[in-house]
Amino acid sequence: MTAMNQALTLPLAPPRLPWTRRALTWTRSQLFPSAGHSLLTLGVIALLCWCVPAALNWLVFDATFVGEHARDCNPAGACWLPITQRWNLFVYGFYPQAEQWRVTLSFVLAGSAFGLLFFKRLDRRLLLAYLALLPIVMWWLLKGGAGLPEVSSTRFAGMLVTVFLGTAGMIFALPLGILLALGRRSKLPVVRLLCVLYIELVRSVPVISLLFMASLMIQLFLPPGSAFDILLRVQLVLILFTAAYMAETLRGGLQNLPRGQYEAAQALGFGYWKTMGQIILPQVLKQSIAPLLTQFIGLFKETTLVMIVGVLDIVGIAMSTAVTPEWVEYGHEIYVFLAIYFFVICFALSRYARHLEQRMEQSRS
Amino acid sequence: MISKAKSDPALMVRIEQLNKWFGNAHVLKNISLNVEAGEKVVICGPSGSGKSTLIRCINQLEQHQQGTVEVLGEELNGSVKGLERIRRQVGMCFQHFNLFPHLTVLKNCTLAQTSNLGVPQDQAIERALSLLDKVKMRDHANKFPSQLSGGQQQRIAIARALCMQPKVMLFDEPTSALDPEMIAEVLEVMTSLAHEGMTMICVTHEMGFARKVADRIVFMDQGEIVEEAPPERFFSAPESPRTQRFLSQIINHGVHAQ
Repeated sequence: MTAMNQALTLPLAPPRLPWTRRALTWTRSQLFPSAGHSLLTLGVIALLCWCVPAALNWLVFDATFVGEHARDCNPAGACWLPITQRWNLFVYGFYPQAEQWRVTLSFVLAGSAFGLLFFKRLDRRLLLAYLALLPIVMWWLLKGGAGLPEVSSTRFAGMLVTVFLGTAGMIFALPLGILLALGRRSKLPVVRLLCVLYIELVRSVPVISLLFMASLMIQLFLPPGSAFDILLRVQLVLILFTAAYMAETLRGGLQNLPRGQYEAAQALGFGYWKTMGQIILPQVLKQSIAPLLTQFIGLFKETTLVMIVGVLDIVGIAMSTAVTPEWVEYGHEIYVFLAIYFFVICFALSRYARHLEQRMEQSRS
Repeated sequence: MISKAKSDPALMVRIEQLNKWFGNAHVLKNISLNVEAGEKVVICGPSGSGKSTLIRCINQLEQHQQGTVEVLGEELNGSVKGLERIRRQVGMCFQHFNLFPHLTVLKNCTLAQTSNLGVPQDQAIERALSLLDKVKMRDHANKFPSQLSGGQQQRIAIARALCMQPKVMLFDEPTSALDPEMIAEVLEVMTSLAHEGMTMICVTHEMGFARKVADRIVFMDQGEIVEEAPPERFFSAPESPRTQRFLSQIINHGVHAQ
């Protein structure tokens, strides 16, 4: 009786098996729980055994990384020479050699924006100011003027275009999306109507046709001679397009928030903008991190469409490389490189959003 | 009588001939109600009788279509600036607490002070802590609402409203969403607030609380004020048969009776 009482009062630790036993149990329960599962597991293992070594051999072990000409390539493996040889072109496009530090600096500035978001204790206003200024500073660095020698945007190409369009697009699209979402739920009928019209119109037109409009039609409306930079025009389209989708995501979040939150804020005397800025949006944005990130990734990938209207982004450079006589046989490598480039950036973005989400979970418990 | 009331500076809330419709449903019918400074009024009645709607008209969470609602001597109509100023002086507690889940308890109590009253941060924190102390929640100041029980959240909601130093407090069924064992702690806070002389308008089914604290009980049914009486008379000699039926139901079920 007393022994039983003692056993009841002691906190029970879960039984701990030696790791070999645990590994065995795990293998059995996760990989071979039934005949069908076992077959599937064996099939996948066979598939991996067949293709992973071959892929690694082609991509890395038999591949050629060093060399100058196509004749240096090992025919058994991948030949990364078109990329290493034209690396400068891939990154900086046709940017003048002497000014390339400006591109590097703007990459660093964009990258450190993500770094800054990792510091918990950073003043939020400072961060917002940095983000707001970033696209302007980047544009000034790239384009020149006001102290820096000017560079024509026809020389912009490669990663420079992708990174600039992606960064500036993300920074401008979110606030615009927020305003559109608020407008769509506004009590003022004119504001609401305009926002609904805008969102529905943009969402029902393919982004490619919007880009064509930007490259061809906007010029018609502008007075002759006042050429509006093509890069800024496509940037504008990407921002306007992404913002319309973000507005719909955020509208869902706004609708899902309990009405009591709005009422409590009103009862405490918060005005409309303070209610939104201090009570509602912080909660909605927190809930919408995952879908917003999906749209950021979408935006980043959609920057490749600008090629269609004659802006050479990294895909443009890759394609032009793949048709130069010397590298014409190495199209596979060039496109594999592109895939890796986009995967790395998008995967990093998605891990980053995951990190943000987890941090917010932690701060609440 | 009315013109005298109008000039009476002690009058906190004056409602006259108030009518409200939700679509075609006539939910408030010719309501007139005055509440003086320091008075405690309990509004009760069956569900759907319009009591919550009435109390929500006092800080215009619901807009009325007809009649006059005057709070602290100012008539409430469409003007937004005036409304926000009035709302800052009228505290409200909700059935579901409605604390801000993304802010700590302390920040819940300081945000409206700093943002809407312009109180400096350190003073706001000081005031918040002393009021959290009063509702016995000071030790939880750095937690988030989701970590606390319903009763604790409601006490914080009361402290949050009090931080604005309101002249009137509105309670909209503050204990209806609580487990029975937590009702007492919230009623205790409300009772002590009443003893300090706060003007209070409470929609509640807690008849024990009403008997002990109220100066006047207002009974509503189907959008009308059926009976208005001090607690002794309301419980011992209700005039209207509707009041009698309501009281007998409540007492027979015994849940909320003392």
